[in-house]
Amino acid sequence: MIDIITNMLAMCIPFSVALLLASIGEMFNQRAGVFNLGCEGVMAMGAFVGMLIPFLAGGGGSVPQWYNALGFLAAALLGAFFGLFFGLVTVTFRAPQGIAGIGLQMFGVGTAGTLFRHFVGGTQSIPGIPDVDIPLLSRIPFLGDILFSHNVAAYLAYIFVPIAWYILFKTPWGLKVRAVGTNPRAADSMGINVSRTRYEALVVGGALAGLAGAYLSVAQAKMFSDTLISGRGFIAVALVYFGHWHPLQIMGGALLFTLAQTFQTIVQSMGISFPYELAVMLPYVLVIVVLSFTSRNQTTAPTALGKPFNREIRT
Amino acid sequence: MTRGFRIAFRVVIMALAAISAILMASIILWMIGADVSDTFYTIVFEPLTKMLHISEVLIRAIPLCIIAVGISVAYRSGIINIGAEGQMAMGLLAFTGVALAFPDVPRPLLLPLALLASMIGGGIWGFIPGILKAKLNVSELLSTVMLNYIAAQFYSLCLRTIYLDPAEQVYGTGTPQSMKLTENVWLGRITGRLHYGILLALILAVLIFILMWKTSIGFRMRASGSCARAARYGGISVGFYLAVSMAISGAFAGLAGGVELAGVHRRAIEGITNNYGFSGVVVALFGGLHPFGIIPASFLFGLLIYGSTLAPTKVGVPANIVQVMQGIIIIVIVTAQMVLSNTYFQDRVWRKYQALRKKEV
Repeated sequence: MIDIITNMLAMCIPFSVALLLASIGEMFNQRAGVFNLGCEGVMAMGAFVGMLIPFLAGGGGSVPQWYNALGFLAAALLGAFFGLFFGLVTVTFRAPQGIAGIGLQMFGVGTAGTLFRHFVGGTQSIPGIPDVDIPLLSRIPFLGDILFSHNVAAYLAYIFVPIAWYILFKTPWGLKVRAVGTNPRAADSMGINVSRTRYEALVVGGALAGLAGAYLSVAQAKMFSDTLISGRGFIAVALVYFGHWHPLQIMGGALLFTLAQTFQTIVQSMGISFPYELAVMLPYVLVIVVLSFTSRNQTTAPTALGKPFNREIRT
Repeated sequence: MTRGFRIAFRVVIMALAAISAILMASIILWMIGADVSDTFYTIVFEPLTKMLHISEVLIRAIPLCIIAVGISVAYRSGIINIGAEGQMAMGLLAFTGVALAFPDVPRPLLLPLALLASMIGGGIWGFIPGILKAKLNVSELLSTVMLNYIAAQFYSLCLRTIYLDPAEQVYGTGTPQSMKLTENVWLGRITGRLHYGILLALILAVLIFILMWKTSIGFRMRASGSCARAARYGGISVGFYLAVSMAISGAFAGLAGGVELAGVHRRAIEGITNNYGFSGVVVALFGGLHPFGIIPASFLFGLLIYGSTLAPTKVGVPANIVQVMQGIIIIVIVTAQMVLSNTYFQDRVWRKYQALRKKEV
């Protein structure tokens, strides 16, 4: 029994990274007032590009680690590009963000699938990133397995959480982002370039979503498939609501949802006679339940969330 | 600003939108080294060359039309339904359930009953996000997507367990599918696989036109959608109509599932929903959220979907390209609409245009 619990908890940290990165990125978008539902599509593109580079370099065999790093870098750049593109659509042209996000999602998922079939073909695995046991700490019984023997990318992602908090709450740029998401008109009158700040937030958010996708394909699944993302982008968006637009609470949410996802792995590996599909459903049901409890009376929500800003029109 | 300029402005913006959409799709095609013009020809014109192809296009247009009409009702009422995929799956389950439970009921009774069941199945699945939005302010974009995944899992669970074909158990091939449904729920076929669902789709589109533009219920729905605060001030229960419109939207998606099952597949298998739920959103937007625009739009997208199934063998382009195109089309449409409705921008262009004319004189 204790083994099962250790296994579940040990999966939590590495499996939560994709959700964590994507929702921290989405948090930057939403703090700046842009609701980016295209996260799923950007993650798909990031996942594809992230695995493509080590795959082309090694043909599925082992490759030097810096190829994986290159994959992550390419995914981040591509995600940033998608962020710019979404900015063009929603900030410059002021298209309604919800439906434009659906468009971006379909575009991203479709493009990743199309390119994958051309460049890779079928299911191909890549070696991925090895786990690193942190000396001494990883030998602590119970906690060592849970906290201190994961891959490098997972550690870096968790180190990024306090950095994101610092950026958002303690730097001038973070203040600008929060200002354009809360009251763009006031920010505008103080000389902040609203469009530019929103673009910047979208680029950061897109890059993080790209990294999240690359993490899924390079570090977690070690392969790409059409169903790899399977709604994680949307869950990431929901997590932002759940975490009240705050990095540390989002981290808690990501861990909670990952715990729900590991449930299916446990069901599979333990051979418990429980319908597999019900276990897969669990995180999605959890999202709806959580949203039902948290969507009403949201006082922390950025007040300009979802509203395009036009300095020519008085509201 | 002259009338001629306004028309020219519209035409130019729409042309630019179309060109940028084609350009974006071409970039993706170029990246996979496909012949761009050949691919467009295969997807858009090849299906029109044979009668058989045209009937296949129409088969795909039927569920698209029904789903998109439903989505337009929700969209006009101020709620974006991207959960048609899940609602369709629930409709399929309800339809199959009725057909399997009462195989001996005569056809004039059983077919309407099964179609009604599929509407109820989809309607409940649409009502949930509607009521959550109305009462608890839950974003429908997120809840419908989650319900899609839940419905997909539930669908395969049912196919694998209670609906499983007894023959599969005997032979043990393990394909998750139901047995062939009783002939009493089959929709008749006109030619090839083309079934009478096409008439049903057209009738439903007309009915929705009447509901939305000729009755007070439709007026209240549209009022809630175009300005919720004004509607509430006018005494309209916005939340109620939000939930009702989502239930209608879901019922249509469920019905699309039932029709697809009764007309084409005639047994519940994996993959019937075939992304129709998401394509329906594109069709609804492309058709201008109006039933009479949606009918031709659903034909066009039926064409794209069928054409993309020809693409892998004819020009070596994966069928996923249709999803890419749909994504691009959504983005381009909403962007072009915003540009067209921006009167300030139009005014600026008009002044530039006049300044240019003066210089020439």
